[in-house]
Amino acid sequence: MGILNKLDTHIEQFESGNIIITSADKLLNWGRLSSMWQMFFGLACCAIEMMATSASHYDLDRFGIIPRPSPRHIDIILISGTVTLKMATRIKRLWEQMPEPKYCLSMGSCANCGGPYWEHGYHVLKGVDRIIPVDVYVPGCPPRPEALLEGLLKLQEKIRNQSLARKTN
Amino acid sequence: MDIKEIYNILKLAFEEGIGEPVTDKPVDPYMIIDAKNINAVCLFLRDEERLQFDYLNCLSGVDYDKDNLAVVYHLSSFALNHKLVLKTVVPKTDPNVPTVSDVWAAADWHEREAYDLIGVIFENHPDLRRILCPEDWEGHSLRKDYKVPEFYNGMKVPY
Repeated sequence: MGILNKLDTHIEQFESGNIIITSADKLLNWGRLSSMWQMFFGLACCAIEMMATSASHYDLDRFGIIPRPSPRHIDIILISGTVTLKMATRIKRLWEQMPEPKYCLSMGSCANCGGPYWEHGYHVLKGVDRIIPVDVYVPGCPPRPEALLEGLLKLQEKIRNQSLARKTN
Repeated sequence: MDIKEIYNILKLAFEEGIGEPVTDKPVDPYMIIDAKNINAVCLFLRDEERLQFDYLNCLSGVDYDKDNLAVVYHLSSFALNHKLVLKTVVPKTDPNVPTVSDVWAAADWHEREAYDLIGVIFENHPDLRRILCPEDWEGHSLRKDYKVPEFYNGMKVPY
């Protein structure tokens, strides 16, 4: 049974097979990490890699990561590219419109720290973590789909270890 | 048709404001046109039977030298297969240039870009707003003397 494999620890199964007991944390975390709906949103060349990751070859769908068009449906926002100051205002607003619990993955050098624009980019925010909290940073310029997948798996690990008492550890 | 011939035609049509062709620089030969004439000259270049400059390749704003801004017009003619470069130079203290967006519609957004990044003000432009920077941006960012702001809307800008 898939659900039992995922919940693995702290789980008890009765002989009849119809009843299982687990902790609320485990169940909620399993639900959250298995359906991280993502913002339908891309910024620069990293967005091309993100689209490649979503497409059939790398197939983000298998992790339950589906792009959704409204921030109200969203669990995770992928900041996939250069955050200009003009865009930063919009990103902040989108982030505030997302319901809790919400997560942010910063993809590529630009979103991490300004990337090639760090010195002369008068119009570029030097790292999206200056406006919203970032859970996972994926380095690369742009990162390959494998790197993005690794970042998303790290985020799943992070969600797996959180508890109702605190968001992350 | 080369720039000398075009210059002679313009010279006959306009009494003043047409600069001698500059051909000894390692760039496309160009003429400097007075800002107040530029709209009329462009309209003439487009509509004159022998010239037919029906296409504006590019319109660029330039921080020309210490005291001046420039606008550079790259024109070409599909009908007659020739091309031309015009420049107009205006002082930074009074950077007004008449629009050519009524001559070639392509100039509309090019002029908005030159206004946004260099600060040339195009008179009679139908919609002279910033096109790239945010609407509340201060200054014109491709000027040589532009200073990167410390903060924009509470966000720190330098690294």
